[in-house]
Amino acid sequence: MRGGFRNGGEDSRASLWSLATPVALLTGFGGRQSALNPAGPQAARIEDLWWLMVWVCTGVFVLVMAALVGAMVKGRRRARAGSDALILPPPPEGERRMTRVVAASLGVTVVVLFGLLVASIATGRATSPLQAPEDALTVKVTGHQWWWDFEYEDPVPSRIVRTANEMHIPVGMPVRLKMTSADVIHSFWVPSLHGKLDLIPGRIGDLLIQADRPGVFRGQCAEFCGHQHSHMQLLVIAEPPEQFEAWRARQRQPAAPPRTPLEARGQRLFLSLPCALCHAIQGTDAGSRVGPDLTHLASRRTIAAGMLPNNRGNLGGWILDPQQVKPGNLMPRTNLRSEDLHALLAYLESLR
Amino acid sequence: MKKTFPRLSGLCAVMLALALPGCQREERTFRELPSATVRTGLPRQSTLRPGPPASVGPGPAVRAPYDENAYGITQGQRLYQQFNCVGCHFHGGGGIGPPLMDEQWIYGSDPENLFATIVEGRPNGMPSFAGKIPDHQVWMIVSYVRSMGRLTPKAPAPARSDHMYSGESPQASEQGKVKGQAAEHLP
Repeated sequence: MRGGFRNGGEDSRASLWSLATPVALLTGFGGRQSALNPAGPQAARIEDLWWLMVWVCTGVFVLVMAALVGAMVKGRRRARAGSDALILPPPPEGERRMTRVVAASLGVTVVVLFGLLVASIATGRATSPLQAPEDALTVKVTGHQWWWDFEYEDPVPSRIVRTANEMHIPVGMPVRLKMTSADVIHSFWVPSLHGKLDLIPGRIGDLLIQADRPGVFRGQCAEFCGHQHSHMQLLVIAEPPEQFEAWRARQRQPAAPPRTPLEARGQRLFLSLPCALCHAIQGTDAGSRVGPDLTHLASRRTIAAGMLPNNRGNLGGWILDPQQVKPGNLMPRTNLRSEDLHALLAYLESLR
Repeated sequence: MKKTFPRLSGLCAVMLALALPGCQREERTFRELPSATVRTGLPRQSTLRPGPPASVGPGPAVRAPYDENAYGITQGQRLYQQFNCVGCHFHGGGGIGPPLMDEQWIYGSDPENLFATIVEGRPNGMPSFAGKIPDHQVWMIVSYVRSMGRLTPKAPAPARSDHMYSGESPQASEQGKVKGQAAEHLP
């Protein structure tokens, strides 16, 4: 056998895989969808509780393992001393000592668990939506199969903003989320901002989030809701308050009227095809709330609930055959001639 | 002679010009398609037929694809709400539109009749959804409407019939058998 790798390819691949696991674990510590990368006070409290539990449980684990190993070593020592030591019952003082040790461990366990319970309740109170101020920004979150509907509440109905899959929030201000579902149980989970809360049809859940630094935070559905449960992502984009207000002002505007004949043709196609039966574009006759609101479709970063980046090619492919991208979702295929698709895409791209 | 020839030929030209459009008016085509091959898929609104009953075998029966499919019927329930059938028919009780829960079907309760009703529309207010709702979704709505009228088996009926529960009436199973036989024997 010569020196070095005989089957160089396989060995180097094996070593790569052994490196991949710790790297994969480390990514849990960073990134934009991590409970260990909190961006707000609620997530920070949850992270603190998590670390407390990790260290306490690690300590308990180490102690229990030490006791187990100690018992094994002691047993082996006794066996080497003589077989009688294992058959005869232990001496009474030994037994009383054992009883005291077990009782002490039980006591310590109860105290530790009670301590964790207190910590848990304190965290729950600190992250409770009851802390929200009266005039906090309120967003109504409705879960659908398989997309997120966000409606920014406003006492004046014409100033209500309705968008899908992408929520913008101002940095440093509490945002209250009122959550329900339109069909089955979903769960709202943006780990950088808070824990999970289920969206239950017929009930309105309450969650308070706050981002203390600007950024893009990814979330996804955390309760199995059907075929495309794993493809139901959302983005929470935290921006400085002026930028947020500018975004909201733009979203309040109805759709820009078509500027070119191609866009006008695209708009006519949108209204005459099955599109208008499910989608709304404020400023046109299309007002259905079955599917996502498309009034400002071109201002969003992704389509299909975070599955595809929002660009012309993806949008065209999605419109023609959504079943290819997300089989089982409720948008049917559309037969379009290429020039019609071209006009429709031109119109949809103008909806900034 | 020299003067009458141009006058005669002019007259002939005018008469020809006047006669030419008449050719299309009197056009006749004779080799049309025979009666049996044209539009066999049409739903029938009447059981009356001229002449004695046909002795030819049963034609192909169009079955609703989702009558026994739980997913199809529950999707039909959702689409019924989402496409605003509730706006006129409410949850089967009727209002602006006729009720869908009773035994009276103005245009027939067979799957193909209901399909035609939804796709073609009907007089006095039923819109035509042709080109707006894809066929498979229309069939889902058809199966849901039939389930409201207790014409589908009970097992695949929506488990959470939040608004109206349409249980299976004792006639439904009889109806289904008789209807199936009748449909199969229609020529």
